[in-house]
Amino acid sequence: MRLLTEKNIEDIALGAAVLGTGGGGDPYIGMLMARQAIKDYGSVELYTLDELNDDDLIIPTAMMGAPTVMVEKMPNGDDIINAFKSVGKYIGKPIRATMSIEAGGLNSVVPIYVAARLRLPMVDADGMGRAFPELQMVTHTIYGLTATPMSMSDERGNTVLMETVNNKWTEIFARSITVNMGAMAMIALYAATVAQLKECAVAGTITKAETIGRTIRVARALEQEPVETVRAAAGGYVIFRGKIADVQRRTEGGFARGDAFIDGIDAYAGKRLQLSFQNEHLIALIDGVPVVTVPDLIATLDIDTGEPITTEGLRYGFRVAVIAMPCAPAWRTAAGLALVGPRYFGYDIDYVPVEERYK
Amino acid sequence: MRIGIDVGGTNTDAVLMDGATVVAATKTPTTPNVGDGIVTALKQLIAAATLDTARIDGVMIGTTHFTNAIVERKHLQPTAIIRLGLPATVCLPPMVDFPDDLREAINGHYYLAHGGHEFDGREISPFVPDEIRRIAAEIAAHGIDAIAISSVFSPINTSFEEQTAAIVREVIPTANITLSSKIGRIGLLERENAAILNACLRDLADRTVAGFKAALVEMQIDAPFYISQNDGTLMSADFAADYPVLTFASGPTNSMRGAAFLSGLKDAIVIDVGGTTTDVGVLQRGFPRVAALAVNIGGVRTNFRMPDTLSIGLGGGSLVRGVDPVKVGPQSVGYEITTKGLVFGGDTLTTTDIAVAAGYADIGDKSKLAALDPAVVVAAQDRIEELVNNAVDRMKTSANPMPVIAVGGGSILLKRPIAGASEIIMPEHFAVANAIGAAIAQIGGETDRIFSLAEMTRDQALATAKQEATDKAVAAGAKRESVEIVEVEEVPLAYLPGNATRIMVKAVGDLMEGA
Repeated sequence: MRLLTEKNIEDIALGAAVLGTGGGGDPYIGMLMARQAIKDYGSVELYTLDELNDDDLIIPTAMMGAPTVMVEKMPNGDDIINAFKSVGKYIGKPIRATMSIEAGGLNSVVPIYVAARLRLPMVDADGMGRAFPELQMVTHTIYGLTATPMSMSDERGNTVLMETVNNKWTEIFARSITVNMGAMAMIALYAATVAQLKECAVAGTITKAETIGRTIRVARALEQEPVETVRAAAGGYVIFRGKIADVQRRTEGGFARGDAFIDGIDAYAGKRLQLSFQNEHLIALIDGVPVVTVPDLIATLDIDTGEPITTEGLRYGFRVAVIAMPCAPAWRTAAGLALVGPRYFGYDIDYVPVEERYK
Repeated sequence: MRIGIDVGGTNTDAVLMDGATVVAATKTPTTPNVGDGIVTALKQLIAAATLDTARIDGVMIGTTHFTNAIVERKHLQPTAIIRLGLPATVCLPPMVDFPDDLREAINGHYYLAHGGHEFDGREISPFVPDEIRRIAAEIAAHGIDAIAISSVFSPINTSFEEQTAAIVREVIPTANITLSSKIGRIGLLERENAAILNACLRDLADRTVAGFKAALVEMQIDAPFYISQNDGTLMSADFAADYPVLTFASGPTNSMRGAAFLSGLKDAIVIDVGGTTTDVGVLQRGFPRVAALAVNIGGVRTNFRMPDTLSIGLGGGSLVRGVDPVKVGPQSVGYEITTKGLVFGGDTLTTTDIAVAAGYADIGDKSKLAALDPAVVVAAQDRIEELVNNAVDRMKTSANPMPVIAVGGGSILLKRPIAGASEIIMPEHFAVANAIGAAIAQIGGETDRIFSLAEMTRDQALATAKQEATDKAVAAGAKRESVEIVEVEEVPLAYLPGNATRIMVKAVGDLMEGA
């Protein structure tokens, strides 16, 4: 167990933006919420799964909806507490802790707010090891764990509790309720025991985000080149360095999709990398050849500051390094690839683990 | 004829322009009471040009005074904030991300009230007039006059902010009120922050604008005067007193617009070398390229549309230290260059001394540099070249060479070739590009509202918005035949009955002479 103080929060949020692989929402609002809650209620205990009892119950908490709405209509604070308590009440057993369901982006830090206010511990794990756009895209689904009972709460005091036949249906209903709640809802879902989480969750991801974030902060303070140190901290590969030459965006089936084209510099001069995205970065091709695909992680960093760049932030002229990181092993199973592999997102490409291409 | 004045932190620059010709230019130190420095500059200008003040059609002033006040936490007044959005937004109250010293400096009292809108135009909760009356009474009891009002999704629906202002004015007739919807865009904290910064500057803005006016009266100049704003257009002095925050980025904007004018180029890189820093920006079609990300001012996150500039710690006063390696900046002697630099008889080696030693410039007494190691002079030049090359390369948007325009008093440092530059232009009057940018500024008009496409086609909505923006520019003093549409932004609002779209159009035109 270790304590998360105000100081840790900015590092976690910064590292979570790297693990967000271009999506997951800007962690800024979540970071402010977590920091303020720790200021008001004290630091948060962060436990590894091994430090907890196998039958301890954990309920993850998160925000769901449009990030552009979250920056305008910020939460009340009681809403996410209501969602958490509602699921706990339905289960009828004591709840030991909360956790993040998505370590990439905004939802890495949101549960810290819940933990601080309720003086509950938080678990150092999540259900993705990155960010994904839909509710069923968590490692829990692969192992047959259900998202429901799930509660969704708004700032008015409304709470909707649902039971569904599978996690895909949870996504469908939750999406429409989110619209009614103002394109944003506070949610609690995927209640599980520690024994179940030991099998299905991605362990250590909050610490991983913090390590990556701290690396960037220290590199900046010492005026060191940040990209290589981030690569080492993230356990990944630098696959490209270049200047963004073009960004093409389109709206398809309600998603903002697009491609960025990056012209190589330094050792990559003369090559061109194409980055295809839908909320998150999905596929990287160098001169037309796939080099990294979802579910492996693809992050773009500003070469000079190490600042992770979101898909909306990709702009002509930026000088970026592209980093690839291996995904959690669960995603590489047949069931995992059916949920989040390249074909699920409409790309007729076979998944090859990034470390096999970059031996 | 027009007079352009740039009131910077160190110098007050002034130029007299007849059409496209610079008739006279001066540079004097900025005074604590900014009006005195302006009077001095105007006297020099009028004497140099033997000018009849009746021939002046307009005076345009650009100033960093308000930005500096925020950065230095000086002259800020106690401010109260009313935010409408309950029961939403409670977990992040106003000023939550302000630095502590700024929060203390404005002694910020904040109040959360019911109201606000959803993304689709529904009300979050109904507006409660009695609640606002109660809050206003409390603010009055604290003796606070400056009030910022924000409301969730007010860029989409401004009605709650306006109703709140009306009630506050009933209770506090002397209230100086800033509405967030008049200043910022979507992003509640950033827009509210901008409104708070504006509110706490209102007294200073009133005094400063009055000082400008008094200076003109003293000089018997009876011409309309304008203040330049972030986007390079002008606002009337009275409007500027209400919205000082709109001047925050006018410094870099004026210098880049001035560079465009002096060089005749519309697409180029601009390097503005001052005493302490160098700002590198990009001109696109004659206007500065705008930053996409949130902008920090004095430690506060805002969402203004600011010129996208890269600032590096290199200027005419930058310290040159060490032998191997030689370090240049970021520390600087700043405005004390004329006493501390070696060529001026001081004891500090600066970049200006290097420029003199290298024969780039003839300033001060070159004989004071006799003891300087020639290897250090070369190494310092190498370092300056490296800093400039990197900065230019970072701001460029393509590998193609682009022209580079060098302005600012410190641009004497830039004598070596710059990588990626097709040419380096150092226009005449480069040292007063800021004041020229102010003098040539145009008049703008903007419309930003929701159109329902159930009642008209998209093309009709766009045409209506363009007409509105043009009419506003003309009403503000622009020549109709010169008005151009420079920006169109369209944001479709999903899930809103009647297929609504938000259209923002900006038009600019030349100032009517003799207006």
